[in-house]
Amino acid sequence: MSHSVLKSPLGWLAGNPIWGFIALIFIFFSFANPYFFALQNFQNILVQTSTIGVIALGMTLVMINGNIDLSVGAVVALAASLCVDIQGWSLFADWGNWAILPGVVAALLAGTALGALNGLIVWKTGVDAFIVTLGAMLGVRGLVFVYTKEQSFFAMNFSFSDFGSSSIGPIPTLAALFLICTAIVHFVLSRTVHGRNTYAVGGNRSAAVNAGIRVGPHMMINFMIVGFLAALAGVTLSSQMGAATPNLGTNYELWVITSVVLGGTKLKGGAGTITGTLGGVLAIGILRNGMNLMQVPAFYVLVILGSILIAVLLLDKQLNRKGKEELRL
Amino acid sequence: MSASHIPQPDTPALRLEGIVKTFPGVRALDDVGFDVRAGEVHALLGENGAGKSTLMKVLAGMYEPDEGSIYIEGEAVTMRSPLEAKARGVVLIHQELSLAEEMSVAENIYLGELPRKSLGRVDWKTLHSNAQAILDRLKCGFDSKRQVGTLSIANQQMVEIARALTVEAKVVVFDEPTASLTDAEKVVLFDIINDLKARGAGIVYISHRMDEIFTLADRISVLRDGGYRGTLIKSETNEDEVIQLMIGRALDLTRRRAAAKTGKVALQVEGLSCGKLFEDVSFELREGEVLGFYGLVGAGRTEIAETLFGLRKPSAGRILIDGTEVEISSPADAIKKGISLVPESRKEQGLVLGMNCRDNITLPQVGDLTKGPFVSDGAEIAIFDRYYEALKIKTPSWRQAVGNLSGGNQQKIVIGKWLAMNPRILIVDEPTRGIDVGSKSEIHDLIRTLAGEGYAVIVISSEMPEVMHVSDRIVAMFHGRIMRSFTTEEVTEDNLVAAISGIETDKVA
Ligand SMILES: Nc1ncnc2c1ncn2[C@@H]1O[C@H](COP(=O)(O)OP(=O)(O)OP(=O)(O)O)[C@@H](O)[C@H]1O
Ligand SMILES: [Mg+2]
Repeated sequence: MSHSVLKSPLGWLAGNPIWGFIALIFIFFSFANPYFFALQNFQNILVQTSTIGVIALGMTLVMINGNIDLSVGAVVALAASLCVDIQGWSLFADWGNWAILPGVVAALLAGTALGALNGLIVWKTGVDAFIVTLGAMLGVRGLVFVYTKEQSFFAMNFSFSDFGSSSIGPIPTLAALFLICTAIVHFVLSRTVHGRNTYAVGGNRSAAVNAGIRVGPHMMINFMIVGFLAALAGVTLSSQMGAATPNLGTNYELWVITSVVLGGTKLKGGAGTITGTLGGVLAIGILRNGMNLMQVPAFYVLVILGSILIAVLLLDKQLNRKGKEELRL
Repeated sequence: MSASHIPQPDTPALRLEGIVKTFPGVRALDDVGFDVRAGEVHALLGENGAGKSTLMKVLAGMYEPDEGSIYIEGEAVTMRSPLEAKARGVVLIHQELSLAEEMSVAENIYLGELPRKSLGRVDWKTLHSNAQAILDRLKCGFDSKRQVGTLSIANQQMVEIARALTVEAKVVVFDEPTASLTDAEKVVLFDIINDLKARGAGIVYISHRMDEIFTLADRISVLRDGGYRGTLIKSETNEDEVIQLMIGRALDLTRRRAAAKTGKVALQVEGLSCGKLFEDVSFELREGEVLGFYGLVGAGRTEIAETLFGLRKPSAGRILIDGTEVEISSPADAIKKGISLVPESRKEQGLVLGMNCRDNITLPQVGDLTKGPFVSDGAEIAIFDRYYEALKIKTPSWRQAVGNLSGGNQQKIVIGKWLAMNPRILIVDEPTRGIDVGSKSEIHDLIRTLAGEGYAVIVISSEMPEVMHVSDRIVAMFHGRIMRSFTTEEVTEDNLVAAISGIETDKVA
């Protein structure tokens, strides 16, 4: 038998319509606005999308599992506050630039630990991840306000904020970090055992249990990954701003989930890819950037983004309907 | 009796002409046509993947055919949805259950056509009295208000059947309806079918069980590889001829296997209980031996298997592997100890339907197929190819999503998955449910071969010929207890039936 049912580029595009859509809006903005097609603007787009993008990578894993994490926005704020606050502690006063390290480590650990907690509760109680992380979203945001006493923190060490605006050659450091994370998560999902199990658990939980997959710990690991990545986003965001505010990351969960869904991940789990998510993240980034350059008022941008989300998902449904055999609703 | 109710003999209840249906990479139906007369049971036979279910889905308006026409009582029709088909008197009882588990029995029966009162309110009184009337006609022992999810699989099947009886049907299609029914329930089902037949409906009956087909059918049509191979009249044919037509060769089903050479005790179970599900179960299983578990649906056999596989926690008793007592805490643990379980329900417990064939087969062992941090494509394809050939799985490629395979081929994927684990102790729960006669005897041979190679095998089955054919010893269960154990010399159909009905007992070792 032949295993060579290789997908043609066109077939690939039909499976990932988001990339066709990106090409379309890219061409559109290039002609519609003189400032769009410029290296510096591309750098901008990459930096702007990197925060949502990094979180979306982890969210893709969690959503393929058939779960969801609504607490990512709050974790961004917590991680940013921890990171900026701790590096200013007098304890580390004579550490020089090394003082940044304990802040970053603490932030990442906190994010991972909160992810672990979410995962543990989902695993042990069997309560829906939507509910569990909804609670975490409110609780962690509250925690941030308690911790910061509703104050913003400012980074005293300029190396920290310099990092956020630095570049490696033509590529902004934060964009590079995002792309590296994308590559790693892509390989984890598509090539490793953990990735395979991610699809299996989301596709049919009891079949996964029967296959000897430890479903609970598996889901917990994915929650830890998204927690870690949300914290990383908090760190990079605060480095970009040189500060942390308790309101940071508000509504991020919505943007992240939107990007992931736009990239073709199914809400009920079992299907999705990182290339799709990257597409979803970039599409939103380009749209926001392009409309911003064209000075579309902010509220219209939201209306347009919302309509586009639905339009693209409809298109996806149309393209990926397997002929006429799909059930007619 | 007035003649006007009986359609003219030359206008059949259903007539199919030149039906073609293709899926990407598969020509599932290729110019299929035959007719079904009013008041006849027309059996439809064919190997797994021959296209039977697809043909019936075309008939019931679920798939649109690429070519061909359908005539109901001589009138050409196009069916655009199952509800439209039903309105024209064509109803299909699915191979795979499709019920809303959270809803009541009555709501499921009248799904999509709930009786209404003013303002669009549901008329609950009419709903339940109508539903109850159908349930009574089917001799179902449960209430129409019961939640469907709380019913046994067999009773859910009855709800599925009840659904078809809400209209005066002209054509009723049964797609492998008996797969999960007990013998008693089967008798009820056959009564229903004969009743429908007497009322002048044309019945299409799909099954892989020759005995049923030769009891029920008037005529038998055969599909092979999507093509129509002919129609035989039951009274003028025999099993051999049907099988020949169906698989293109003769099959020797009478062959008796050689007695097994058994080795040391691999698994020993002593006084094992799990609440009320099963109690005080003791047996031993040797290497090279096939132990059959026979009993009615609900006798506790599946629960024993699940306990041995770490899915249930026993409330009493001991399990010994190679003479040492073990505790099996999870499926992962069981797999590590060399136990594999082919579960009875492939869709719910065995397969990730959206995943491709290869990934499903390698699922439990993908952790061992790595090169560095990555899964090795080559190793996976090698495993797929091995079982693709050994089990004759019909799929255009390993990339096909398992959900697109025919029911029997899905089952082969599940079996392949567990064989690929090279277990020492293999438990198979209803291994040939929904599998065609040819593949069935291949799977039986496979089980025997595995035993010959020193595997210890437990086969759970509700089919008497199957357990008798494949086992070295048979354990008969009734209401969660082992009633008697037989050697192949001792066992007869009569004493086996007596044992599983709780009539005959002895104390077993
Ligand atoms: N939705 C689908 N997409 C692609 N291929 C399909 C689809 N449905 C069925 N097929 C293919 O069509 C062929 C016929 O399948 P069908 O389910 O009709 O077989 P069957 O005769 O009912 O077999 P069984 O006895 O195993 O139930 C198979 O090769 C199957 O893989
Ligand atoms: Mg079928």
